[in-house]
Amino acid sequence: MARNDRIIMLGEDVGREGGVFRVTDGLQAKYGNQRVVDTPLAESGIVGTALGLAAGGMLPVAEIQFEGFIHLALDQICNQLGRMRTRSRGRYGLGVVIRVPWGGGIHAPELHSDSPETLLVHTPGLTVVTPSNPGDAKGLMLCALRLGEPVIFCEPKRIYRAIKAEVPETDYTVPIGRAQVAREGKDLTIVAWGAMLREAWEAADELQAEGASAEVIDLRTLSPMDSEAVVESVRKTGRLVIAHEAPRTLGLGAELAARVAEEALASLLAPIERVTGFDAVMPLAQLEEFYLPDHRRIIAGARKVLSY
Amino acid sequence: MYFERFDPMRGESLQVLGPEGRLQEDLRPDLSDQRIRELYERMSVMRLADRTAMNLQREGRLGTYAPVYGQEAAQTSAAFLEPLDWLVPSYRETGALFIRGVPLANIYRYWMGDERGMLFPEATRVLPIQIVVGAQPLHAVGLAWAMKLQGEPSVAVAYFGDGASSQGDVHEAMNFAGVFKTPTVFVCQNNQFAISLPRSQQTAAATIAQRASSYGFPGLLVDGNDLLAVAGAMQEALADARSGRGPRLIEMLTYRFGPHTTSDDPSKYRTDVELEKHKPFDPLLRLRRYLKGKGLWTESEETGIMARSQAEVNEAVRQAEAVIPAPPSDIFAYTCRRMPPYLARQQDELLAFLKSRGGAGHG
Repeated sequence: MARNDRIIMLGEDVGREGGVFRVTDGLQAKYGNQRVVDTPLAESGIVGTALGLAAGGMLPVAEIQFEGFIHLALDQICNQLGRMRTRSRGRYGLGVVIRVPWGGGIHAPELHSDSPETLLVHTPGLTVVTPSNPGDAKGLMLCALRLGEPVIFCEPKRIYRAIKAEVPETDYTVPIGRAQVAREGKDLTIVAWGAMLREAWEAADELQAEGASAEVIDLRTLSPMDSEAVVESVRKTGRLVIAHEAPRTLGLGAELAARVAEEALASLLAPIERVTGFDAVMPLAQLEEFYLPDHRRIIAGARKVLSY
Repeated sequence: MYFERFDPMRGESLQVLGPEGRLQEDLRPDLSDQRIRELYERMSVMRLADRTAMNLQREGRLGTYAPVYGQEAAQTSAAFLEPLDWLVPSYRETGALFIRGVPLANIYRYWMGDERGMLFPEATRVLPIQIVVGAQPLHAVGLAWAMKLQGEPSVAVAYFGDGASSQGDVHEAMNFAGVFKTPTVFVCQNNQFAISLPRSQQTAAATIAQRASSYGFPGLLVDGNDLLAVAGAMQEALADARSGRGPRLIEMLTYRFGPHTTSDDPSKYRTDVELEKHKPFDPLLRLRRYLKGKGLWTESEETGIMARSQAEVNEAVRQAEAVIPAPPSDIFAYTCRRMPPYLARQQDELLAFLKSRGGAGHG
């Protein structure tokens, strides 16, 4: 924001309050209430005006307070932002970043724990990213701001305060559209993103103790999806486990599995295993632990593919 | 009489009982002193039940909770619904639900993370608590429309707040209600904050009540900390809606004494000085002054009220905590009328996994 005075941040409680997760804490004091703006309570309003701000030459960073409320802005996100580049034959690329706290695991109320990334990945014209660690949060954000296209920036709320790591002070970027091999292995591939990456890592640790070497891939960008990285890994390991919080049907695991089947079927030594949330409404806090996949369920999935 | 007499466009609002407890007799609604005394006692239970939820959260016995502290008079508007009327609540409606007859134990269970708490007694005609800000007024319009189509003399009452008034859905709800002349009463509790955003930044309009005129029906601004103003406005709005005169909007101006929820820290956006400025307008304090003047309240009676309230609330907590947690299969049971085979397989998969790690449920 210091370097680019076109950046304007807008959303519910992002200013004086600093966001309900304090992500924007201190920014209004530093940059003033014309650049860090508390809006009326209206998600569609936030995204729709962000589109206009971008078309008018600003670089808006909008916040939707919880992923459960992104549905109120889906016309503006999917029909408007996602299509504008095509509809204007490339004239309005619309650099808009929409930050959204994402996913479960914090015993929050209803509609504060969902993972609706499929809706956005299924929409042409949107870039969707999700960091799994502090360094990627910075690197992906800098790239998102510079992309000149709409980016949905999913922030796994479970790891807001769970991970401490040094973040480079420099102009540090993490390329959009590229997955990362977070851990090398040779017996099976585990693909995860966001908060699930920690679970995948923990599963890999335990599998290591059992004598199985798991390669862990952090997808990082959900759209455009770097399925090449996954295909390449599967060609090496022959086994694939995909872990995500979202419901299984048409979760991103479905698309990844399809692409692997299309491009590397002959390399597969076992059926692809999806360790996911269920095709049921995300339950309230008392049953949340049973809905969300964890390292134990990933291990169970891994043992299944390893047993072939 | 209130809706005609007090025009929000002219800056007028209804107050019957002044902050010092003096009652303006010519504005008095159909509410006996005995009934006021009864409602005062229910409001005392309401306040204690609310504070108890906050305390339970601090002790880790209840999840995130949205308190109604300071809004007890506005919440008591729900006391004036007829048995067959519908109540469509937001998530900050513990008092209204309680007054309507929803057991406190249900409300506690919901906030404890037990979905089954939301299964309110059917006869209360209360829809499940709404989490999305501003989604529910449309449902109240649909309910009211259904009542009208079926010739039932029932009214549907939508509860929402000043924050919700900015949502497109709330605009659409009022517009539909006006067009189809549905028996809907819109109750906007303006507690002056949407989390951190003060009402002055929520809309540039002077009041929310004045919006009604743009939808073609009357709106009224009332002192939402004045039980008698709330009662009068509610009685009239319900009667008007019931008799086919169409929807009504009541803005109840109140003040949120507590945080937005247990996750919120109001010191980020308001000072203690500001909060203290509003404390003298406490709705219970005001009623107490009035009742004392009428000889209907004494310090020793208050001790009795508090003891009875405490017993009622303690029993609700006991009931809520005595419930055995739902089994994991509860996640799947209500997804659709007939469970598709792939969902049944997902359920089997989870239950088998839980069994394999020992024990098929909590713990």
